[in-house]
Amino acid sequence: MNTAIDMRGLRKEFIVHKKTGRLKRAKKVIPAVDGVDLTVEHGEMIGYIGPNGAGKSTTLKMLTGVLTPTSGHVRTCGLEPVPQRLRLTRRIGVVFGQRTALWWDLPLRESFHLLRHVFDVPAADHAARLARCRSLLDLDAFMDTPVRQLSLGQRMRAEITASLLHGPSVLFLDEPTIGLDVVSKQAVREFLAELGEGGDLTLVLTTHDLSDIERLCRRLVVIDHGRVVHDGSLDELHARYGSRRQVIAEFDDPWDDAETPPGAVAVRDAEDPRRVTFSLSNGESGAGELVADLARRGLRDVSIVEPDIERVIAKLYAEP
Amino acid sequence: MVSRLRAYRALLVAQIRGQAQYRASFVMEMVGQSTYTFMDFAAVLVLFRVTPAMGGFGLWQVLLISGLAICGFSAADLAVGNVEQLRQYVRTGLLDAMLIRPRRVLPQLLAIDFQLRRVGRVVFAVVLVAVACAHVGVDWTWWRVLLVVGTPIAAAVFYAGIFVLTASVAFWWIDSGEFANSFTYGGREFATYPITIYGSVFRRVFAFGIGFAFISYYPALAIMDTPDPLGMPAWFGALGPAAAAVMTAIAALVWRTGLRHYEGTGS
Amino acid sequence: MRMMLALMRSGFRRYSTYRQATAAAAATNTIFGMLRCYVLLATAVAATTTVGYDVPQLSTYVWVGQGIIGVVMLWGPAELAEKVRTGQVVSDLLRPVNPIWTYLATDLGRAGFSCLTRLVVPVAFGAIFFPFYWPRHWWTYGLFACSLLAATGICFAIRHLVNLSAFWLLDIRGITTAWLLASGIGSGLIFPIDFLPGPAAAALKFGTPLPSIVQFPADVLVEHGGAPGQLQRVALQFGWVVVCLAAAFAVQHRATRRLVVQGG
Repeated sequence: MNTAIDMRGLRKEFIVHKKTGRLKRAKKVIPAVDGVDLTVEHGEMIGYIGPNGAGKSTTLKMLTGVLTPTSGHVRTCGLEPVPQRLRLTRRIGVVFGQRTALWWDLPLRESFHLLRHVFDVPAADHAARLARCRSLLDLDAFMDTPVRQLSLGQRMRAEITASLLHGPSVLFLDEPTIGLDVVSKQAVREFLAELGEGGDLTLVLTTHDLSDIERLCRRLVVIDHGRVVHDGSLDELHARYGSRRQVIAEFDDPWDDAETPPGAVAVRDAEDPRRVTFSLSNGESGAGELVADLARRGLRDVSIVEPDIERVIAKLYAEP
Repeated sequence: MVSRLRAYRALLVAQIRGQAQYRASFVMEMVGQSTYTFMDFAAVLVLFRVTPAMGGFGLWQVLLISGLAICGFSAADLAVGNVEQLRQYVRTGLLDAMLIRPRRVLPQLLAIDFQLRRVGRVVFAVVLVAVACAHVGVDWTWWRVLLVVGTPIAAAVFYAGIFVLTASVAFWWIDSGEFANSFTYGGREFATYPITIYGSVFRRVFAFGIGFAFISYYPALAIMDTPDPLGMPAWFGALGPAAAAVMTAIAALVWRTGLRHYEGTGS
Repeated sequence: MRMMLALMRSGFRRYSTYRQATAAAAATNTIFGMLRCYVLLATAVAATTTVGYDVPQLSTYVWVGQGIIGVVMLWGPAELAEKVRTGQVVSDLLRPVNPIWTYLATDLGRAGFSCLTRLVVPVAFGAIFFPFYWPRHWWTYGLFACSLLAATGICFAIRHLVNLSAFWLLDIRGITTAWLLASGIGSGLIFPIDFLPGPAAAALKFGTPLPSIVQFPADVLVEHGGAPGQLQRVALQFGWVVVCLAAAFAVQHRATRRLVVQGG
C-alpha cells in the first residue's frame, strides 16, 4: 500500500530576469521550493501553510502534475505526477481557489454532466456522489445558473463538488475558503471535516484562515522560504512556542499574589486589582482545577482564553 | 477509445448549445461568417476589375488556386482554429484546469470552443473550386479528379499543422502571438495567388521552404494541365500530402515540446 | 490639460515596455506588407488602370498602410470590454473626468510610441527593398502628421464604441468580427478603395469613416491627387473625428446611465 504523498528533497527553481540598467537584464535563480521532505499516509488530513510566497502553491502544482520539479523525488498515490499525469488525474481531485475548473458559460448542471464524461465515471457512482454533495452543500438552489453568475461562496461549493465526482482518493485544496462569507466558510469547513473523518479520503489543504486550521488540520506542515519549518500537530506547535491557556478571573477583593496556586502564573490587571490573568503551563492541571481553586477565594467572574494561533503562527513566519 | 469519443462529443454538444445562448451575438457572427466567406474571394474579383491577368494567369485560373487554398484553410480553421486561444488560456491560468483532467490538452482546447458555423466557408470554397474548374475547362482524368478532391484535404491538414505550430509559441512567449498570424492568415493570403507574382527570396521561403505552393498552386497547375512558368516539373502537383505530413510531424513535435516547457516553468 | 499630457506620457511609457509584442507586431506588418505589395505590383503589371497610382506609389501605399495600422491600432485588445465584464469599469466611471479623455490621452501616447516603432519598421523595410515614392513637397510631411493624428482619433472612437457594446451584449465577438471585416476592406488595407466601382468607392469614402483611417493618410503621403486631393482628405478626416468622438460620448453616456439604473 503506497503512501498518498511522498516527497524527498523536492526542489523547484525559477529563473527571473531583473533589469539592471536600461538595456541589460540579469538572470536570477529563485528557489521557490528548497528541499522539501514530506510523507503523508492515506486518510490523513494535513494543513500545508506558510506565509505568502513560501512555496505552497508551487508544491501543490508539483504534486498534481501541473509543474515539473527541478530535482528531487515526488510521488502522489505512488505515481510520478507529470509523466503519469493522465493516470494520476483520475485518482486525485484538485480545487484551485482562484481559478475555476468549471465551464464558465454553461449552467452548473452541465458542468457536472461534462465532468462525468471527461473522467469516465460510471453513471450510478456519479449520480450518488452528486446527490450527496447536493444535499450536504445545498446546491439545488443554483444548479441551473451559469457558473459565471454564481457568487464566490456558491462557486466554491460547486468546485469542491466537481473535484469529488470521480471519487478521488486524495483531495488537494488551494485556499478553498478565501474570500468566502462566514456562512459559506462554515459550510465548506464542515463538509470537508466530515469527508476527512470518513478515513478513506486524504485531504491536503493550503490556507491562511486560522479557523480552517483549527477545525480541519490534525497535522500541520508549515513551509517558509521553500522549506518545512514545522511538521506536527497544532498542540505541538503551541508547545514549541510555549503558548499557554489563560484564565481571566474577577474577584470581590483585590488579589494577593501570595495566594496564587502552584503551577500558574498570575498577572494582576494594571487598572483593576481585582482582575487577574492566570497563565497555565502546558501539561499541568487543567483549567477546571484552577477555577475550582479560585472559586473558594471569592471568584466573581471567569473566562478562559485559548492560546492564540495567530500569534504562534506569526512567530513562526517571522523566524528567519 | 469509445469513451474518449463520447467525452469529446459531449463537450462539443455542450459548447454549441452554450454558444446559441448568446443569440444576438450568434446571429451577428453568422452574418459575419458569410461575409468573411464572400470577402475571401471578393478581393480577387476587385483586383481583376483593373487588370486582366495576375502573374500571367487569368481570373478563373486564379480563382481555382484561391478556391483550393481557401477550402483547406477554412476546413483547418473549423477543426483546429480554436488552438489560437492557447495564449489566453496560458495567461489566465485556465490551462492548469485542463492539466488536472485525465485528457490530453490539445483535444480539450479544441473542444472547448467548437464553431460549427464555420462550415459555411468550407462549403462555399468547394463550390468555388467546382465553378472555377468548369470555367477553366478541365480535361478530367482519374488523376485530376483525385487531385481536386485530395488537395483541399491535404491543404486542410497542412494548415491545421501551421495553426498548432504557431499557437505553440504561446508556451514560450505569450506576447508574440501576433507574429503567428503571418503564417496562418498570411499563409492563406499567400496561397490564394499564383506564386509567380512574388519576389524570388520571398517565394523561396514561403512557397517552397514552408510549402504553401504545394497545397494550391502546383495542384491547380496539374489540374489545369498548364506548365509552370517557373519551370518546375509537373509532378510537383502531387506533393500536397507530403507537405501536409511533414508539417503535421513538425507541429506535433513542437506542441509536445512546448507543453513540456510549460510544465517546467508554470504560469 | 496637464493631466492629458501626463497620461500621454504614461501611455507612451507603458507601451514601450511591451518589447516582445511590438517586435512581433512589426515583423507581422512586414510580412503582410510584402504579401500585399507583391499582389498590388502584380496587378499593376497588366493593369488597364491603376486609378492614379504609379508603381512606386502603390508600393509605398502598402508599406505606409502597414505602418499606419500599428499607429492607429486598427485591431486592438478589448480592454474596456474586459473591464465591463469584470465590473472594473465602475472605478473608471467614478472618476471626475470623463473616461473618454483619459483613454484618448493614453491612446495618443501609445500612438506616439508606435510611430517610432511600428511605423518606422515597415516603411524602412519597404524603402530599402521595394520601389518607393518619396514625397516631393515639403508640406506633405506636415499634412501627413495631421492626417495620422486624425486617423488615430477616429480609430480610437470606433474601437471605444465597439468596446462599449459590451454594456449591452455579453459577448462582443460578433461586433468585433464585423469591425474586423469592415475595417479590413473598407479602410483601404487590401487595395485602394478606388479599385472598387465608382459608386461603391464614393459611398465608402464620403459615407463612412473607414477609409479615413488608413487610406487617406497613406494617400496624403504618396501625394495622390496632388495638394487639393491631400487637403480634401484631411478635411474629411477631421469631420469624421468630430462625428465619431461625438458618437462615442453619446453612447458612453447611455451606457453609464444603463449601468447606474440597472446595476452591473
